[in-house]
Amino acid sequence: MNRAARIVCAIASALPVAGCAPGVLDPAGPVASGERLILLDSLGIMLMLVVPVVLATFSIAWWFRAGNARATHRPDWAFSGRLELLVWSVPTLIVVFVAGLAWVGSHHLDPGRPLDASEPLRVQVVALDWKWLFIYPDQGVASVNRLVAPAGRPIAFRLTSTSVMNSFFVPRLGSQIYAMAGMETRLNLRADKPGSYRGLSANYSGKGFPGMAFTLDAVPTPTFDAWAAQARRNGPVLDGQGYAALLRDSENVAPYTYRAVAPSLFDAIVRQSGTPHARFAIDGRAH
Amino acid sequence: MLGKLGWGSIPFDQPLPLAASSVVALAILGVLGWAWRAGHFPYLWREWITSVDHKRIGVMYCLLALVMLLRGFSDALLMRGQQAIAYGNPGYLDAGHFAQLFSAHGTIMIFFVAMTFMIGLINFAVPLQLGVRDVAFPTLNSVSFWLTASGALLINVSLIVGEFAQTGWVVYPPLSELRFSPGVGVDYYIWAIQISGVGTLLTGVNFVTTILKTRAPGMSYMRMPMFCWTALATNLLIVAAFPILTATLAMLSLDRYLGFHFFTNEAGGNQMMFVNLIWAWGHPEVYILVLPAFGIFSEVVATFSSKPLFGYRSMVVATMAIFLLSFTVWLHHFFTMGAGADVNAFFGVMTMIIAVPTGVKVFNWLFTMYGGRIRFETPMLWSIGFVVTFVIGGMTGVLLAVPPADFQLHNSLFLVAHFHNVVIGGVLFGAFAGVAYWWPKAFGFRLDERWGKRAFWLWITGFYLAFVPLYLLGLMGMTRRLASYDVPGWHAWLLVAGAGALLIAAGIACQAMQIYVSVRDRARLIDESGDPWNGRTLEWSTSSPPPHFNYAILPQVEDRDAFWLMKQARDETDRPRYAKIEMPRNSATGVVSAFFASVMGFALVWHIWWLVALGLLGAWATFVVFAWRDRSEQEVPAVELRKLDRAHRRAATR
Repeated sequence: MNRAARIVCAIASALPVAGCAPGVLDPAGPVASGERLILLDSLGIMLMLVVPVVLATFSIAWWFRAGNARATHRPDWAFSGRLELLVWSVPTLIVVFVAGLAWVGSHHLDPGRPLDASEPLRVQVVALDWKWLFIYPDQGVASVNRLVAPAGRPIAFRLTSTSVMNSFFVPRLGSQIYAMAGMETRLNLRADKPGSYRGLSANYSGKGFPGMAFTLDAVPTPTFDAWAAQARRNGPVLDGQGYAALLRDSENVAPYTYRAVAPSLFDAIVRQSGTPHARFAIDGRAH
Repeated sequence: MLGKLGWGSIPFDQPLPLAASSVVALAILGVLGWAWRAGHFPYLWREWITSVDHKRIGVMYCLLALVMLLRGFSDALLMRGQQAIAYGNPGYLDAGHFAQLFSAHGTIMIFFVAMTFMIGLINFAVPLQLGVRDVAFPTLNSVSFWLTASGALLINVSLIVGEFAQTGWVVYPPLSELRFSPGVGVDYYIWAIQISGVGTLLTGVNFVTTILKTRAPGMSYMRMPMFCWTALATNLLIVAAFPILTATLAMLSLDRYLGFHFFTNEAGGNQMMFVNLIWAWGHPEVYILVLPAFGIFSEVVATFSSKPLFGYRSMVVATMAIFLLSFTVWLHHFFTMGAGADVNAFFGVMTMIIAVPTGVKVFNWLFTMYGGRIRFETPMLWSIGFVVTFVIGGMTGVLLAVPPADFQLHNSLFLVAHFHNVVIGGVLFGAFAGVAYWWPKAFGFRLDERWGKRAFWLWITGFYLAFVPLYLLGLMGMTRRLASYDVPGWHAWLLVAGAGALLIAAGIACQAMQIYVSVRDRARLIDESGDPWNGRTLEWSTSSPPPHFNYAILPQVEDRDAFWLMKQARDETDRPRYAKIEMPRNSATGVVSAFFASVMGFALVWHIWWLVALGLLGAWATFVVFAWRDRSEQEVPAVELRKLDRAHRRAATR
């Protein structure tokens, strides 16, 4: 854990109800650390103004209490041109700094932007009711609710949904992004060190929502290759029939893998958004 | 005959909510029955239900908000309890019930607590502050109130008959489409919001007209009290933004009722169109709520510091800047949609720019206190609690406006903590300050200070205890709306947050006690002068409670803080000439049309088409009857004006 997270946890453990879970302040990849830096920088800039304002509120309120005879009373003081200039320019200045950070950060940490020149691992993510499907087009395999990726290598995600909106999120790696039916979003992440990182859906998607958790296991490249080879030998096939079975609602699904995936399945899902269910669109009760 | 309605619609399988709501329903019926038996009904009908007096309507709005606060807060307690327990186990609420709770909590707190409080206080105070006798359209005002009450009623009926939405309070499709939400929950949401939304829109029209067209002689724009300015901005926002909500929900209901495809996954629908539209209303809505609160704090801080508001012109400019900017930021609610970096950065920067006029306001409140003689009565305590809390909430808001930070914190409990930080710390504290501040004006006696201070301290400690853990949990990657979880590090913090909610519950109990004690001890707390706080604006120049015509003689406004000036140059020898005036007559139009609107809403939810037609016809017929009425005003003779005014002048100078 890094310093900022340690501080939070130190405050936490000072309380009788100590508790802490690693989150966005414990980055495990370049995206999350870039975002944490921006978060802390913006916070720091604003605290320079917020702390004095809070202190000033208490001191002014206390000093000018009705009972304090030593305080100067200015019953008609209601305007000062210089102060007006000051009160407009100080927040403006703060906003200029934070806005600069936001502008540069938005471009630098745009989720669709490739992380580096190296060849990324391609993963296609499909949100289903209520589980995540991860397709590895280059390995020809797929997995449910568990994402395995080589540590140190960028991952290029394409995301969509078969039903309602979800948000794909691995807090320690950074940037969440929506998965929406009929649309495709893109996201680039990298886990710098091997580890097991908690992932979740960050957009409410119905009654199975709490079970839409998954793990992202970042492993050394040879382990990843071994995993992919193992996956190719075992498990069911994700063809038309397998996909239809997967479409059925299910909750808290234990992770498993598919040994083969129908070609261009992801593109077909995006293109045919909703069509297998079209007859339910008017009379939902048939669902 | 009864559409989708049947015995199966009553959730007998969920005895807890059914029993709780039945008790509440029986209690309400009991109170009504008692009022009927005791013979209070004619009085209630004549003086309150059919009243078109803006003060009475304002009081009824605040009463409705208080009742709905109890309902919304019960939901909150249940959710805090569930999350405190449901670590590694399903807790005591199933996922569907939990989803109904968070959807109802948000809907109720925004539409029927926060907005209802603010509109109530605007109703009560703005015409008095403007120095006029009523709003521009008094009967329309009554219609607005009763339509709001009708929406609130529909939401509460969903507890007993059917279910509420399980989608969150902004009902994002496709989850809210028929395919994923086949039940009646979303329909209850739609019709409750549509019906009360019509009421809100009419309020907007009414108050924009009132403020622009009916002010006391001499009350130019730059002499209006700050609360009137913020009320003007809020009502302009209502007029501009609420039609967007109405149209958006109309499209959703076309999808749900007639098989349209505006937002479905199928046939070319686009869910993100809904998300854009709902926030094009939803972000201005935030300022509809908080601007009147800013106005209340401006009045309270000036009055209790015994000083004029500092930087009045800046405050006006800041208010109107917020009004305009609020329409340019909606996309910050979904930076994670995957729009390009330029789009995200633009909306992030626009959002931050709003912090500038807001910051200006904070500084000006501080300078208003500077050099004052500050009295720490409850309205002032809420105001100081507000400044500190709101500054923190504003800061976390700007953090969320930085797109890369939002990618990490979007939809997390950090976000939940942020908006409670500004809505409780801003709007609700503003409502409490406003209620304590104007209560003596409305009823002629003050609220008990001791219970008020207890409530304040419990609320503010409870607030921080409940929401600081949520900020930390958000940083630990906990997302919102989780009915259960299995991360050990979260559990302790959710217990702390639950304890905070219990403190707030104690605060609310103190507020109930405060009202009870104040009514009981009203002889001790009486205020005969009409000016208990040494006020500065016109509402304090008339008696408490004011006569139904507000002012026997319309005040002549010479400058800002008109009443303060009058007190400096009080002319005891002034013997005004009283002339008869016309006041609007009471009308049952509001309550009758809202009755039919409720019937229609209920019938639409359950697809009982003949009843829909009947409800619509009834509401329409009510308006026709109203339009054909011959006498709309009644005369108040000069003798009565003289008698009441002289009595008040004697009391005020005593």
